[in-house]
Amino acid sequence: MILQVEGVGKQFGGLQALLDVTFDLPAGQILGLIGPNGAGKTTLFNCINGVYAPSAGRVIFRGEDVTASKTYDMAHRGLARTHQIVRPLNELTVRENVTVGACFGREGHTLGKASQIADEVLAFVELSDRHDQLAGSLNVGQKKRLEMARALAAQPYLLLLDEVLAGLNPSEISRMVDIVKRIRDERSVTIIMIEHVMHAVMNVSDRIIVLDYGEQIAEGSPEEVANNPKVIEAYLGDPELAEQLLNE
Amino acid sequence: MSENKVAAPAKKLRFMPQLAGRPYLGLSLTLAVIVIMILWPLVTGKDITRETVFTILLSVTLASSLNILLGYTGYVSFGHVVFFGLGGYVGFYLLAIQGWSLWMAMLAGGLSSALLAYLLGRAILRLRGAYFALATIGINEAMRAFINNFKPFGGPIGMTLNFQVYRDYGGASQALWMVFYTMGALTLLAVTVSFFVRTSKFGLGLLAIREDEDAAEVMGVVAPKAKTWAYVLSAIFPGIIGVLFFFKNGSIEPAPAFRLHFSIETIVMVMLGGQGTVLGPVVGSGLYQGIRGYLLTSAIFKNIQLAVAGGLLLLIVLFVPDGVIGWLRHRFPFLRRVLQ
Repeated sequence: MILQVEGVGKQFGGLQALLDVTFDLPAGQILGLIGPNGAGKTTLFNCINGVYAPSAGRVIFRGEDVTASKTYDMAHRGLARTHQIVRPLNELTVRENVTVGACFGREGHTLGKASQIADEVLAFVELSDRHDQLAGSLNVGQKKRLEMARALAAQPYLLLLDEVLAGLNPSEISRMVDIVKRIRDERSVTIIMIEHVMHAVMNVSDRIIVLDYGEQIAEGSPEEVANNPKVIEAYLGDPELAEQLLNE
Repeated sequence: MSENKVAAPAKKLRFMPQLAGRPYLGLSLTLAVIVIMILWPLVTGKDITRETVFTILLSVTLASSLNILLGYTGYVSFGHVVFFGLGGYVGFYLLAIQGWSLWMAMLAGGLSSALLAYLLGRAILRLRGAYFALATIGINEAMRAFINNFKPFGGPIGMTLNFQVYRDYGGASQALWMVFYTMGALTLLAVTVSFFVRTSKFGLGLLAIREDEDAAEVMGVVAPKAKTWAYVLSAIFPGIIGVLFFFKNGSIEPAPAFRLHFSIETIVMVMLGGQGTVLGPVVGSGLYQGIRGYLLTSAIFKNIQLAVAGGLLLLIVLFVPDGVIGWLRHRFPFLRRVLQ
């Protein structure tokens, strides 16, 4: 198991953002994390990678208890993530952004080695032609791929992708889905992805967890989850609409 | 994908102007400018030129040091003069009262400033933005109040140097030249340090913190540690040259040692030249001292020269936030290799 989440809960004042979330993630899988807006998906990411300390439960990463570690400790241990709202280092070039990931990530490379890795990763996410541009000048789709490149440059064991498809057009989505699959297959990185684009997440995930109001309401293969009446009701309200969306 | 092919391995040219390419060109240019300044008084042979250049070199050293914190790391320190003052005081005490040599006193001054920065860094660098800036002002004022009441350092009267001391350095007039060249050497060193910080892995971490501290930490930059070391590095040279400055001055008092507007003028110089660049503080200091020299001697402005500095800061922030060098780099990308 690369990641074990045991009864994790998070409370913000009177708001129970997460309640008793428990799952195991074997290496090499893509785990989809879905649920309506405000279900606690990003909060769960934040509890795993150390942005928040969970109010309850434990997070075990590669056999070690990492509950409430600092974000940079998690990065050094081999966990990387992207942000739902992209956070490029605007005044640095695209390549410098990715070099930061390689320099300070799991392997802590020197500058020279890190910029080589940056080149390789930029080619992988198809952003090489922008390497000398300031990150702030990229468009949304490119910024999403930059986030991905930065995370990959750290050569993580586990990658948390937070809505990397949001705001992309259909052709960009299929390009990105392809990249996500290749990350698992070619680079053997385990992935948890939060996603709202249903057909994409159903397509790439080996397993899916559904959150609603901070609670885990279903878990299983994409088919199982898609046909779970509880999910259909909580997530979409209308089973017919659900079917329609899944057929898209 | 066609762009994939463009990218692939055969990429020989490293296109990261800040990190690779021909970075030493930028450093050489900057150092050349400083060397010319150092040699200038020899050409003119006038003491007054030497004093002018001394002031500029002092500013360049202070501005380059502050730039590590302000320009690279993105933390505004309004009270940076505290390191100049404290270093100056510690060194002066050792020099005047304990009879240490100037060199050892300078070293001690630099180290005591570094130590103060280290302790402060652990305490106040968790503050961000305006809160950090305010805390630095508070520290400077607190330090001045403390020194004012600290008997071994002479309290409000300060300390004076026995004139005999200069004899070890070949008499007073010879000592002035020696101080000048020492200042020049320290300036070259401070700018070189600033350059190597800028182009190192450590520096890349600082730039990442400047752009987005939380995102930098998620990528693995240990921000608390990096910020503390940036603060320490930015405090060492002000501490060393504080000793040199007050040795030349012959006396030290709390008011001139911890003068808050001195900090603000340093910020103006960094901003004017271009924060975050190596050459910027050098250009900014030269320009600012030029303007200041003009204002101080003009009949109209001589009493309001600080107000003009304030106005200048406002104009820079509003219209050229990147400063002279930043603007040039932005406007003429081909200059990026040279102007660092």
